Amino acid sequence: MTGIPSFLHIVFVWIPALATIVLSFTKWDGIQGFGKIKFVGFRNYWEIFTVFEDTLSKALQNNLFLLIFLFIGPTLFGMFLAYLLDKSIRGTAIYQSIFYFPVVLSLAVVGVIWKSVIYSPRQGLVNTVLGRTAEGNQIDWLGKSTRVFTYHLPLLDNALGPSKNFLALLIPIAWRHAGYIMVLYLAGLKSVDPSLREAAAIDGCNEWQAFKRVIFPAMKPINIIIIVITIIEGLRTFDIVQALRSPLGMELTSLLVTQNIIGEGGGNVGRGSAYGVILFMLCLGFIIWYVRNTFEEERK
Amino acid sequence: MSMVLGGSKSGKTRPARIALHVFLIGTALVWLTPIVGALYIAFRPYGETSSKGIFTWPKKLMLSNFTGAFKQGQMARHFFVTMLIVVPALILTLALASFVAFAVSRYSFRFNIGLLVLFTAGNLMPQQVIIQPLFQMYKRIPLPWFLTTTGHMNNTIFGIIVIHIAFQVGFCTFVMSNYMKTIPKELGEAASVDGASVWKQFYRIILPICRPPLAALATLEFTWIYNDFFWAVVLVSKGDNRPITSSIANLSGQFLTDDNLIAAGSLLIALPTLVVYLILQKQFISGLTLGASKG
Repeated sequence: MTGIPSFLHIVFVWIPALATIVLSFTKWDGIQGFGKIKFVGFRNYWEIFTVFEDTLSKALQNNLFLLIFLFIGPTLFGMFLAYLLDKSIRGTAIYQSIFYFPVVLSLAVVGVIWKSVIYSPRQGLVNTVLGRTAEGNQIDWLGKSTRVFTYHLPLLDNALGPSKNFLALLIPIAWRHAGYIMVLYLAGLKSVDPSLREAAAIDGCNEWQAFKRVIFPAMKPINIIIIVITIIEGLRTFDIVQALRSPLGMELTSLLVTQNIIGEGGGNVGRGSAYGVILFMLCLGFIIWYVRNTFEEERK
Repeated sequence: MSMVLGGSKSGKTRPARIALHVFLIGTALVWLTPIVGALYIAFRPYGETSSKGIFTWPKKLMLSNFTGAFKQGQMARHFFVTMLIVVPALILTLALASFVAFAVSRYSFRFNIGLLVLFTAGNLMPQQVIIQPLFQMYKRIPLPWFLTTTGHMNNTIFGIIVIHIAFQVGFCTFVMSNYMKTIPKELGEAASVDGASVWKQFYRIILPICRPPLAALATLEFTWIYNDFFWAVVLVSKGDNRPITSSIANLSGQFLTDDNLIAAGSLLIALPTLVVYLILQKQFISGLTLGASKG
């Protein structure tokens, strides 16, 4: 009985995952037969880190900015909202459903809604509020890839810097992420033993002390879940950029993997796979951490 | 400052309560702005909002942005494709997950934890990691004529259903088995003493008890499968044959300037998930927390 799902999962998830690693050491156009797969050692990686260094570093930079932003922005804010809503306040259910609703939307849809409503140069909310809707005076938030600031890294030839449209994109991503974290954290808060809070109150802790010393440590498993989920979400972000037709400035590692196959059939399977392996390596440690955290009880 | 806002349970001070509500109401309004704004421009002609600005009293409210987006985005077709994917994928995922969870939780196979670890890890992996080989596999796995027009698994509804099941079944199994573990073993044992077959134990006793997690998973999985963008964009090469969510790229590409039409189109695409969320909110949220925090 357990055969079918395990079979499907292994054949369509884990075998491709291993195949990605193998293919990353090959050269293949994906059109000709398997016999034409040629092993080339580390050449794909070498190319990525030299010839395509600029592409990779832009993508990694954006992923890193996205991650940092996710943590100090929506993740913390979602935890904060959860903390507030965990109190017995009136209307908590209504607040929760409002903060949560963006999560039920696809990130692709979120991107398009924000593009047309908030960021539209001619009639978007931001430009309207700023008084910049007149022809010639408009700010093209999601279109222009002007860099906000630049910096040099020692081993790289070209300067890096986040572009304006990528930073603008972070806001809709945050809009969706905060509600997700809020719900997860709220469930965690509810599962904290109430006697812990009472004990903290009796010991004379103020609210912040109680949270810092008692509640937060008691929520270690959920904290790990939130950290890992935020990291994985940050690394697999794809839909919103693809739905906006990946404008310049919005490079992400996940998009490098698929750049040669969407809508096409051929291209460089080896290099695409090597990008896939890089993405895999970035996630792997966190996936293991999550799994260990989840199955710790079982092991005991 | 933030922690003071709430006030403690014992000593609630009025100003703190009021500040808390002001903060929450303000945040809620900000949260609703994009969707309310989308509704607001979707009912108005682009000519009006673009020339007079959005903060004007609407002269004309109309449905033609919605009908226009529906027609130009070929939404009838895309919604139909979505239905052909979501319904079987959802039913099969939940059925298979329940079987596995039952086996894993009732009969202590030696590998059961290993299996769950594999499922959980697979579910966390970014989909892009496996897409290159998967894409090549799909181009080469032959299917019978009634499932494909190309002879292979790529560009087929069947192919999309399979990858959804393969990816989602792990998460669902995990949730179901956690729930089933809380059901006392004696329940099944009593039934087996009474001569009930394994199948009957599962179908008559365990499954009815599992209605809450099944409802939660059904809601959550509906949204996930409906919202899928990635699999469809990569594994279905022709835009016309894609399900509704992944057809949104056509929308933003086709009518580059008409923001109101685009807003109307995105709202139409978002509508089914929003409706499901409004009706089944409780199941939705419990599904999410069931999976992540183990209750």
